[in-house]
Amino acid sequence: MSLVFDALAGLLVAGAALAAVTAAAPRAAVIAFMGYGVLLGLAWARLAAPDVALTEIAIGSGISGIVLLRAAAGLPAVPPAANRALAAAISVAVALGLAALVLALPEPAPSRAADAAAALPATGLGNPVTGVLLAFRALDTLLEKIVLLLALVGVWALARDPLWRGRPEPLFAGAAPAPSAFLARVLVPIGVLVGAYLLWAGADAPGGAFQSGATLAAMGLLALMAGLAPLPRADDRRLRLVLLAGPFGLLAAGFLGWATAGAFLAFPPGFEKPVIKIVEIAITASIALTLILVVLGPPAGEERP
Amino acid sequence: MSDAMLYALAGAMLAGCGTYGLLTAGGALGRILGFNILGGGVFLIFGAVARRGAGAGLAADPVPQALVITGIVVAFCATALAVALLLRLKAADGAGEEEP
Amino acid sequence: MSLLLDAVTLLLVSAGVLFFAAGTLGLLRLPDPLTRIHALTKADNVGLALIVLGLLPQAGSVMAGVKMIAVWALAQIASGAVSQVLAEAATLEAQIEATAREKRP
Repeated sequence: MSLVFDALAGLLVAGAALAAVTAAAPRAAVIAFMGYGVLLGLAWARLAAPDVALTEIAIGSGISGIVLLRAAAGLPAVPPAANRALAAAISVAVALGLAALVLALPEPAPSRAADAAAALPATGLGNPVTGVLLAFRALDTLLEKIVLLLALVGVWALARDPLWRGRPEPLFAGAAPAPSAFLARVLVPIGVLVGAYLLWAGADAPGGAFQSGATLAAMGLLALMAGLAPLPRADDRRLRLVLLAGPFGLLAAGFLGWATAGAFLAFPPGFEKPVIKIVEIAITASIALTLILVVLGPPAGEERP
Repeated sequence: MSDAMLYALAGAMLAGCGTYGLLTAGGALGRILGFNILGGGVFLIFGAVARRGAGAGLAADPVPQALVITGIVVAFCATALAVALLLRLKAADGAGEEEP
Repeated sequence: MSLLLDAVTLLLVSAGVLFFAAGTLGLLRLPDPLTRIHALTKADNVGLALIVLGLLPQAGSVMAGVKMIAVWALAQIASGAVSQVLAEAATLEAQIEATAREKRP
């Protein structure tokens, strides 16, 4: 019975993906893509990966969706260009090749679960995924923070020269509709609470810096959309400090590891959990703000209110 | 046939869909979507591998899961940068020769 | 007792699924944005409420039940507000299209 459910869920995800790549109108394609992201999150939840499910739905579907939807707004529908029959044949070959590889996976499956479970008590954390992200593979997380920052630098670099210190384009052309202002007033406090909970619970339960950062970013965007907060200026010093807090906080903790534990990104023995938590708070603030600024796009002018 | 296997096959189908989108899209936005779906399929296969690696009291191997979370965020970064480039190109096209 | 609770769950969740199916059918078949939003908001809110009500007897703790009700309440607020925004946008779009058609005799 549950296999039937899994098979249906898999087919639904693939169907949504097919709808996204075959839709003619850009807006329809993006909406299908957002639906695909939510269904993919369901697949992750079924694969016993709730942390990935939360990340996929919040970042892969939600925040990516806003970015793509804004881009789709002004784009014309373009007819498919290439030879479709040939493309379909190549795509089916790719899918069949991957399926054959998947069916030939070695038995028993290789796994680092035992290592992660054995080393987890030393970090004081209960969620093994958070343990991998912030303790065992912290270097990946550090570099990823830098990639996120570089993406923002890239987006900002696309501003026209005279405007680059200013504010981005507003999310709404005119005044915000009354219902979204209402939604922002009611939902933002609850959402901020949920974001803080996801960060706090992430040590022992599904959740963590990324999921929390994405939730907080969504709430920030909601407030901006409703006009409850002014659009941020790119040359605001406090804003830049928050952007840098995450990557440099983790870097500082990394160098601290040399002094206290004898290795880069090793956490001081006995204080693993507090140090990890402090770094995680800084990372979450940076992620939330970076996501908001990346969605808003390059600075576009000074005269914006 | 286990649940992990079913989702791995779904991941293979997603990779096929993404390839199709990448090859046939008329505009850049369609190629961005196709690229994301291709990536999503690869992630899902990785997730099925993680599920197969369940052990030591964990329902799935946490190492691939953490890598996929990192991957999703990096894919978002690439998407956002590509969209920003696309919009800047469109603005430059619209302005035509008036651009200094 | 547990058999009775299971029966209640089965009944309410099935009714909820029925409402979701009706809402989805409306989304697919109804002709214009306003009627489609109407079908979705009515059917999905009642459908979600029935499913949450049906799952309450299966909740392991009081906290889990409270969380489920919170999910339903948040979905209500969000879908209510979002469907109003969508409806306004759809009306505006229809007006713009109508004026464009008048100008293009």
